[in-house]
Formats: sequence, structure tokens, C-alpha cells
Amino acid sequence: MDRTEHIHALRQVLTRLDPGQAGTTNRFAFGEAALDAQLGGGLARGAIHEVFAPATPAAPAAAGFVTGLVLRAAGAKGHVVWIRQRHAQDETGKLYPQGLAEMGLAPENLTLVLVKDITDVLRAALEAARCKALGAVVIEPWGRSKHLDMTATRRLSLAAGETGVTGFLFRVAAGPEPSAAATRWQVRGYPTRPLAAGAPGFPAFEATLLRHREGLAQTLWHLEWNRDALRFSARPETVETGFAPVPALSGAVAPLLLDGPAASHLGRAG
Amino acid sequence: MRITAVDAAAREKGLYPGMTLADARARVRPLRILEADPDADAVLLEKIADWCDRFSPILTLDGSDGLLLDITGVAHLFGGETGLARDLKRRLHALGFATKIAIAGTALSAHALARYGKGGIVPPGAESEKAAELPVEALEAGGDVTRALRRAGLETLGMLAERPRKPLAARFGSAFTWRLAQILGEGDQPLSPRRPLPVFCAEQRFADPIGLFEDIEAALKTLAQDLCTGLEREDQGGRCFEASFFRADGTVRRIELLSGQPLREPATLLRLLLMRLDALADPVDPGFGFDMIRLAAVAGDSAPPAQALLDGSEADGQAVEDLVNRLAARFGVEAVQRFVPQDSHMPEYAAKAWPAISERAGSGSWYRGEADDPPLRPLFLFSPPQRIEALAEVPEGPPEHFFWRRVRHTVVRVEGPERIAPEWWKSYETRNTRDYFRIEDQTGQRFWVYRDGLYDRDPAPIHWYIHGIFA
Repeated sequence: MDRTEHIHALRQVLTRLDPGQAGTTNRFAFGEAALDAQLGGGLARGAIHEVFAPATPAAPAAAGFVTGLVLRAAGAKGHVVWIRQRHAQDETGKLYPQGLAEMGLAPENLTLVLVKDITDVLRAALEAARCKALGAVVIEPWGRSKHLDMTATRRLSLAAGETGVTGFLFRVAAGPEPSAAATRWQVRGYPTRPLAAGAPGFPAFEATLLRHREGLAQTLWHLEWNRDALRFSARPETVETGFAPVPALSGAVAPLLLDGPAASHLGRAG
Repeated sequence: MRITAVDAAAREKGLYPGMTLADARARVRPLRILEADPDADAVLLEKIADWCDRFSPILTLDGSDGLLLDITGVAHLFGGETGLARDLKRRLHALGFATKIAIAGTALSAHALARYGKGGIVPPGAESEKAAELPVEALEAGGDVTRALRRAGLETLGMLAERPRKPLAARFGSAFTWRLAQILGEGDQPLSPRRPLPVFCAEQRFADPIGLFEDIEAALKTLAQDLCTGLEREDQGGRCFEASFFRADGTVRRIELLSGQPLREPATLLRLLLMRLDALADPVDPGFGFDMIRLAAVAGDSAPPAQALLDGSEADGQAVEDLVNRLAARFGVEAVQRFVPQDSHMPEYAAKAWPAISERAGSGSWYRGEADDPPLRPLFLFSPPQRIEALAEVPEGPPEHFFWRRVRHTVVRVEGPERIAPEWWKSYETRNTRDYFRIEDQTGQRFWVYRDGLYDRDPAPIHWYIHGIFA
């Protein structure tokens, strides 16, 4: 305990000494107290944060997580630019404004940029990161590329640091590579807390903090996005009961499904 | 086979269009023959027209081998009408074309003089005098009318002009006399330009063609400055700009630039132009250099002087608009989109993506969800929806599991059906009623699937589709 306090104090001194780091005192919180406390008040504004979807099926959930972060960083009124590679639309579908609205992001505050390849994504991202008036930029390249290296991410970080625009590098179908991002997350969908009659509940994510500039250890969080309050909260660990798909019609009591989230959560035998 | 066109040398030997090829071969040997290619000729004429744009923006094609230019008020730029005609002739000759030029007070008069007379420049008011010598063919009234005129002893337009017009109109129609009047310079009809006329334009000519990028950039800077000064004087802003690069060898390259809001800031305009040039897949090639560059505002809009609000909110909106302009200049207008709501309950029609620089408004509004509800619409939507193999326990119920992209998903949580009927009041609507389900699989992926049709009403087979994915 003593040690962490020391480190915290030292870190504050460092921030004061290094003007380049001054921007990082400006943070946005997740809204979940425990997580924010661990992050020292949230994530840095005016920086690049990487969010990885480990595989294509996890992409929509990761995009939801990014949307949440965007709203935390930019607020409900901030203007957002979302840069996608055109063929991402074949994989995950088109960004659906009605769905964004129901996540809490007003579609009129969003500008979507669709470009051909990763170099164009980076070009557009740099252009957007240099625009002070934006709340946040989502940069969504698809797959790996040699162009997305340390230099490119550092250039983005610098531009974001100068303007205070927060960038989210949302990466699908790619593994972590060296980058200048402030934090790196890996996100996949997590079973939701069921509502009445076994309906899917609020968007839930399994977010792993893979890397943190200030040296925080890897941690895994189960978070839930609350659209009404525009905040993340820890997903309460409920007793995982599998809901049969047709209880309302059959009227039968739902048995615990072997394939259900309870089973997957506990780890499958064999 | 007949001859469609001859050059000057062939005409001297007595060849003329319409002659059979065998006759011509019998008369002149050796004879160089090229197969007529009207399409290529048309393309060439368009190119020459593009090039002639340097003289006047108001120009139209005249038949398959002529151009009409309205040079009202531009001749002085080229040293008067004589200077312009000489310049035009010299340049076209250098490009390898034989020309016949006529300058007259009306378009038809010039047309008739060039095609049926000797061409040349008609002093103001002297059209009727010059046209008097033209044959009646110059009226282009068709073979029957021309024959009838000749039979009546009317050989030239001068003879026709002396006669009262009323009987002529009664005999040949009012279009005939109107045409005659125009050739005689008594009445005129404005040309309809082949390209939209610019609201404002600025141009720069170079005695020595320029090819270096720095020179082009400097020229564009001056032009942007000139153009914006003009726009500002009229309280206008440009929304559509066009930069035309006239190459010394006669080809013209035009680059279009669209702006989201009226623009008249020289620095911004220059930056957007340079970005646009930089992003071209097929870059502007100076070849042997450009001898003229023109920058024009093709469409404008009134733009009162901007005034920033004290809290800077106006500036923020402006900065976002500028960013949109820059992105649109670099990646194309279609690449930068914004969403507008549409008044439709069909999920695929409930929203539209427009180019961000357009000002189209939507209809209806976004549904933002009720408090304490999870999102009922997916974050991503497939268009078209993707077919899945689904197995439902009861026909009208939700699927129990399904296969999508060769992966088996077991449904763990489900909500539905939400029944969405087609817009039956639209005549082209042929869709089935859909039952949508919000489902979640064993891994925590959330889908929006629907059954296309009702078992007891719609014809089999009834299929399942994934329409979207939730976060």
C-alpha cells in the first residue's frame, strides 16, 4: 500500500516536471469507480487508446465499447469522426445510426469517413486528430499493416496531444504490435445480465487492459454500458442461468443449458 | 462507299464529299484514304471545344465539325477581334487543324459565313451586306426549299432579303424567316453553353508554359486570391469550384472541388485545391507545361461576412465543417458521410447516409430509446440481410440455434418477436412481414435476426436472416 502511494506521488511530481505530460492530467473516467481508481482517474484525453477485437466475431462488441469510451471522452455533445475502411462493412455490416442513437451517441454528431485502405485511414485520422473542435476520433483500420507502426501511431499521438482530441484506434483482425498508444485494451462481448423473460440485457463487455503507459498491470474487467447515464459500470456477477429460448411460448420452466453462459463462464470441461 | 470529307489538297483536285470512292480513285492517284470514324471525330471536337474554353466560357458545338463561341466582351483580351482570330488560327494550325473562322454579330451569321462564305470578320452592323452574297443553301432549309427558291430565281440571301418577309413566312414558315433574320444580323438568339457558366472566374496565362509544381502552386495561390476577392465583393461564397489546366499541347484537365458551405477564404481554398490535386489517383500531368490555368466558382451561394460568437461555439462548428471539406477534398465527396433520419419504420430505410457536405435534411427523428431499456436496434446493420440456417422449436418462435458464416450459435437469451410489416401503401413494396428477435448466443454475441414471412400466410419456404449485430 505504502509503495503504491509513493509511486503515485512520484508520478504526480513527474507530471508537473514534464510539460509534455501535462495533457495527461486531463482525463475522462469510465464511470465505474473501482476501474477509474485503478487508472488514476480514467484514461487520458488528447491521447490514442487502442482497442483490439481479438477476432471478427468480437468486433461489434468492441465497437460498442469504443462507442462508450467515445461518449465518455467527448460527452453527449462532442462531435465525433469515425473513420472506417470500406470493406469492414462487408464483415460487420454498416454502422447503423439508429443503433448508435440507442447507445447514446447522437447520429447528428457523427461524421463517417469511408476510405479504401489503411494508409488512407491513417491520413484521414491525422487530419481529424488535428482538428481541435472534435470530441473524439475513431480510427478503424482492418487487419494488419506495416503502415500501422510505431511511427504512425506516434504521429497520431502527437497530433492528438497537441489538440486534445482523443483518438481510439479500433483494431479488428489484428494482433497487438508495438505502438505509441497510451493504453491498449482487448474487448469481446460478455453475456448480458438478462432482463425479464430472459431478454438480452444491457451491452456487456469483457475488457482486458493489456498495456498501460504508466505501467499498470494487466487486468480484466466485466463492464456494462448504461445508455441512460452514459457510463460504464461493473457488470454484477449474477447467478448465470441459461434461459431456454422459448420459455414464453412453451410455458415450461427453463432448464440450465449445457451450452449456456454459465457453462462457458466456468470453463468447459474437456 | 462514298467520301465523307476531303482536305484542301483533295478539293483542289476536284474531289468533294458525297462522291463515290471509285470515282475519286479513278480521278486521283495515289489517294490516301482513311475510314470515317464519327465517334472519334466527336470526341476530338469535344477536346477542341475544351481547349477553346480558354477564349470564352460560352461555347457550343456547331454540327459535327464546328464550334460557336460567344466572344462578347472577351476579344480585347486577345488584341481585338483580329488578334483573337489570328491567335485562334495560329494555335489550331500548330495543333494540325485547318480552320475557317468567321466573326459576326450573331451566331447564325457567323455560322453561315464560315460554312458558305469566305469567313472573315464582319464589322458591326455589316452582317446583311456580307450575308447578301451567300447562296440560299446557307439557310439550311432542306433540299426542297432550296430547290424551290432557286426555281423562283432567288440565288442569294441578298435577293431574299429584299423581298417582303410576310409572304416568305407564309410560304416557308416563320422559322425560315427567323433564321434569315439572324443570318442578316437582324435578330439574335443566345448560345446555350455546353458547360455550366462560372459565377466567378480568375485565370492566368503564361508566356512560357509552366510545369514545376512550385510554379503551379504559386499560380493557384494568386488565382485563389483573385477569385476570393471577386466573391467577397459580391458577398458570395463558392460551393463548387473548378480548376482548369490548359496544357500547351491542347489538352485540358479539369479538377472539381466541392465545398460544404459557401467558401471564399483564399488560404482554405488553396489548401483544399492542393489536397485535391495531391489525392488524385490520376495526377495532373503538365506534359510540356500549362500555358493557362483558370480557377472558377461554378456554383455560389450568398455568404454574409462571418462573425464569430463570443463563446466560440460558432468557431467549433466552422472547424468541423472545414475538416469535412478537407476530408471530402482528399477522399472524395462520397467518402465523408453524415446520417439523417428518415420517416420509415423499416429498419433499412430509417436512416440515410448523405455526403456530409450536402445540406439535405432528413425527415422524422432518431429514436433514442426508453429509459432502462437496452438498445433495441443493432450497432451494425447488414445490407442486404444475411441468410442464416436457423432451427426454431415452434414455427412462430425464435430460433434455438442457427448457423452463420459456418459457425453454430446457440441462442441463450431472446426477446421477440417484434413484428415489422412492410410499407404496404407503397406500390413497389413486395416484402414479407418480418418477425424480429433480439438474441444472444452462448459466447455473448448479440444478433438481430428475423424470420422473413409468416408460416400460415406466406408461401414456403420461409427463411431466416441476420439483419444486424448488437454491441
